[in-house]
Amino acid sequence: MIKGKHLIEVNDFSLEEIEDLLDFADTIIQDQSKYAGLCKGNLIATLFYEPSTRTKFSFESAALRLGAKVIGFADAMTSSVSKGESLVDTIQTISCYADLIVMRHPKEGAPRLASKYSQVPIINGGDGGHQHPTQTLTDLLTIRALKGSLSNLTIGLCGDLKFGRTTHSLTKTMLRYPDIRFIFISPEELRISEYIKEEIGRDRYEETNSLDNNIGKLDILYMTRIQKERFFSEQEYLRLKGYYILDNNKMRMAKKDMIVMHPLPRVNEIAAEVDHDDRAVYFKQARYGMYIRMALIAKMLGKGE
Amino acid sequence: MINVSKLKKGIVIDHIKAGNGYKIFRQLGLDKLEDPVVLLKNIPSHKMEIKDLIKIENDIYLDLTVLGLIDSGVTINIIENGKRKEKIKLELPKKVLGILKCRNPRCISTVEDVGDIEFTLVNPVTKEYQCEYCHEKTSL
Repeated sequence: MIKGKHLIEVNDFSLEEIEDLLDFADTIIQDQSKYAGLCKGNLIATLFYEPSTRTKFSFESAALRLGAKVIGFADAMTSSVSKGESLVDTIQTISCYADLIVMRHPKEGAPRLASKYSQVPIINGGDGGHQHPTQTLTDLLTIRALKGSLSNLTIGLCGDLKFGRTTHSLTKTMLRYPDIRFIFISPEELRISEYIKEEIGRDRYEETNSLDNNIGKLDILYMTRIQKERFFSEQEYLRLKGYYILDNNKMRMAKKDMIVMHPLPRVNEIAAEVDHDDRAVYFKQARYGMYIRMALIAKMLGKGE
Repeated sequence: MINVSKLKKGIVIDHIKAGNGYKIFRQLGLDKLEDPVVLLKNIPSHKMEIKDLIKIENDIYLDLTVLGLIDSGVTINIIENGKRKEKIKLELPKKVLGILKCRNPRCISTVEDVGDIEFTLVNPVTKEYQCEYCHEKTSL
């Protein structure tokens, strides 16, 4: 269904297409070895204009586990960009070589621009503070696998909700499922964008700066890092960095079946002691991320139908 | 009251919100026109108390998208043989191509030559348009 399509934002896919992807990821999880050669002969390009070891490794692991080969760069300075080549030219060239392009770029909308010029499917691996669709698909797979469903959930998003693209993308996507309520927990300075609140509608969300007072209401607590690279002032970053720290004391106030998610990497917002709590699922989430990327790469290449 | 004679053939841009006349005049490049053209400012109006009005003594091409963006309340009257042949009521255009620029410093369009950007109307009340790349809202 999604063969040849681009994935720039999650809404590029219908709910049916997302469901199909999640189902295929589940199938891969059941017997990974069965799909080891599914994309043999395919070449995937990973173009990372800003560093992100985690996302890059996740995509590359996914491609390699499907038997595909990988080319690319991890830093724009090691590519022709350093010679002044435009994004459009790079994409037109690389799409002559690869069957699929994964790109991360610091500027918002860069993958959308790339998709206009590429002969092969583009996957957005993150564009500035804008969209990060494969993180959202990872989150969906994690939620569905661990909570059993993508509906009737109270989701608390905590931390940097202003610059955190994962929270924007997840919120917009979860809105498409029934009976989802949001609690946005952030300092005043890092509140979620007005346009997202407008889309949600006043009766489906609460906004607060207190994690303690709200953790008990949540089915999912989605923690985020206060991102240093999004701040112009070091002082402002340092002030907000320690605003929320999830520790065992706070976990005691949470429901027994709440799950704690985090897109990783974390800095200090989740104390290491929480890692031992069964409800802390962020490392499992990283593994689900690889599985959904396997499903995505295969489906976009027209395999695994 | 200043009197400007009736047109025999041409275009009257009427019901311009007072103050917008000069903007429209400039945006449509009427200052470069060789045909007779007048801009009337702050003239009395029943409907609007005061309004601006532009008369052009020729049939020229008008970019209705630009006009709609500056002032969607204007009326355009096409005059032939001294009579109104056609009346056009403007609306805010749903899509705008190549007129607006994205003001978001984080948008790819600020560093890459992306050509004309398509903006989509997202709020007719505030006249806000959304950039096709970064989805940031902007208005004229």
